[in-house]
Amino acid sequence: MAGGEGGFAARPFSLSSQEIKLSRSENPAFSEVTVGLGAETAKRHQKDRVYRGDTVFRGLTAGCALTIPLLMAAIFIALLSYSLPTLREFGLHFFLSEEWNPVSQQFGAASSIFGTLVSTIIAMVIAIPLSLAIALLLVELAPPGLSRVVGTLIELLAAIPSIIYGMWGMFVFAPFMSSHIQPLVKRWLGFLPLFQGPPMGLGLLTAGIILSFMVLPFICAITRDVFQMVPAIIKESAYGMGATTWEVTYKVTIPYGLVGIIGAFFLGLGRALGETMAVTFVIGNSHKISASLFAPGNSIASCLANEFAEATESLYISSLVTLGLVLFVITYLVQVVCQLMLKRMYRAWSVGL
Amino acid sequence: MNRLQPRRPTGRKITNLLVAIWSVSSALLGIIILFWITQEVLWRGIRAIDLDFLTHLPTPPGVSGGGMVNALAGTAILTLLASVVAVPLGLWGGIFLAEFGQESRVADNCRFAANVLMGLPSIIVGVFAYALLVVPLKNFSGYAGALALAIIMLPVITRTTEDMLRLVPNTLREAALALGLPRWRVTLAIVFRGAKAGLLTGVLLAVARVSGETAPLLFTALNSPFWPRSLSEPMPNLTVTIFDYAMSPYPDWQSKAWGASLLITVGILILTLTTRWLLRERKR
Repeated sequence: MAGGEGGFAARPFSLSSQEIKLSRSENPAFSEVTVGLGAETAKRHQKDRVYRGDTVFRGLTAGCALTIPLLMAAIFIALLSYSLPTLREFGLHFFLSEEWNPVSQQFGAASSIFGTLVSTIIAMVIAIPLSLAIALLLVELAPPGLSRVVGTLIELLAAIPSIIYGMWGMFVFAPFMSSHIQPLVKRWLGFLPLFQGPPMGLGLLTAGIILSFMVLPFICAITRDVFQMVPAIIKESAYGMGATTWEVTYKVTIPYGLVGIIGAFFLGLGRALGETMAVTFVIGNSHKISASLFAPGNSIASCLANEFAEATESLYISSLVTLGLVLFVITYLVQVVCQLMLKRMYRAWSVGL
Repeated sequence: MNRLQPRRPTGRKITNLLVAIWSVSSALLGIIILFWITQEVLWRGIRAIDLDFLTHLPTPPGVSGGGMVNALAGTAILTLLASVVAVPLGLWGGIFLAEFGQESRVADNCRFAANVLMGLPSIIVGVFAYALLVVPLKNFSGYAGALALAIIMLPVITRTTEDMLRLVPNTLREAALALGLPRWRVTLAIVFRGAKAGLLTGVLLAVARVSGETAPLLFTALNSPFWPRSLSEPMPNLTVTIFDYAMSPYPDWQSKAWGASLLITVGILILTLTTRWLLRERKR
């Protein structure tokens, strides 16, 4: 509300009644300020009322915009303050212990953190090559009409709500995994400790694969922008020297837009880390760490989704909120890296060339 | 001297072909997944939807019939309430970023926070609403659910508003300012009108985003098998109903969950396609 005080006096002259109502609800101090100012001050303001009205307007809009960073801070503070009992009770041990037992009030986050990381890694390993390839198709290979259709369809993947992925994952994809994919993987790679145990369909691997479909459109959209923003003249020089499409992409486009592409990966990473409903349906929900990707596990988000509404003891709730705090901090850091990368890219490209 | 001989292109061409094949098959995989999901939802959902489904309250497991009209109403109320909070805040915040915040540090920070908030997991927002409203009121409530949804909508609306206002040509602003209009009138009467379709798109986009959200409602609005009577009580809603029904052991409930999934999916796809269409109109 910079410069708000002077502006309030000027309001009666320059703002419509609707504006007054809006701003009054914004600022309860409004009436007092108006009453407190004398006629002389009011006259002085009348002279440059146009600018005063704008000051108020600017202040109000700034106040609205500032709610967003304030919300961020409030979320962090709320999570932290609810986490304190857990941190006091278990200390660092909370992050290392695998035990999660609401009955005996023993809580440890290791299995949830492990599951979150593993499912995210699987998702990224699958989604990155797929989305780069699709972006390449959309920008370089497909004719414009086809490219638009395919692009829209891929973007629609992002519009499907997470719970629908969950329904599909649990009732359709998990049975498909257990009857078709997992036996196949077991036959070829069954000697690895990663693929032990019965192929149940539910588990970390299935969760990771579904996550990869969910983050793919996000990575693809930004990578496509990056590919498109590479100046045609640079690409054409390479083509002119006889390079193939792949060589142009690999040696010119990707190095040129590397910052943006890394930003896109981090954006997808942030999505995958915090994705809740789809994972909750298919991950199997077990607080055990297992080397096998076929085994059920849990992630931070799925644990919150499953247990929060039932938790009553304060230590239980506090432990769940601490899990949330861990997720908040991780995704916050990922987002910050992502935003810095994307910002750098856009800035570099709007100035240079 | 051998090095100076031109390389035979065969290997390079084969690599290029393989990459092209990889590209096409990746895109096909994505499209197949999309159609697989929509086809399953359509197929299984359509069998569950009848007139009862859209007009009756839920029945206990085992009792046939029953629907989820209460959940439909609840989702509508929650989304509406969230919009009432988030749309004005987001529009005004967007004005600041577009009209006053081109170079300012404050605006830069707001923009940054909005982008980060958009990427925050929605379940974290749910935990926040729980801490802020559910614990002090000692009750799951529609207010808490709407708050969580509003927090998710806010950055989306703010950022799209900013982008849309930026698209309005500066000459329009200058012309209005030259007539002696104050800045606030220029913005509200001229720039807003110019960006009307774009602003609507932003709002629709945000509504599409939150109407499928489940995670932030799980422990804020919770769910209920009755009509939504008061906002300070647990609020029935479609998405949490899907979750509860799908996790239940009763085939009848699972089938109803598919019915609700169909409603949600169709609603969101329509909203999304509308926004895309509006955006394309704008570009033209």
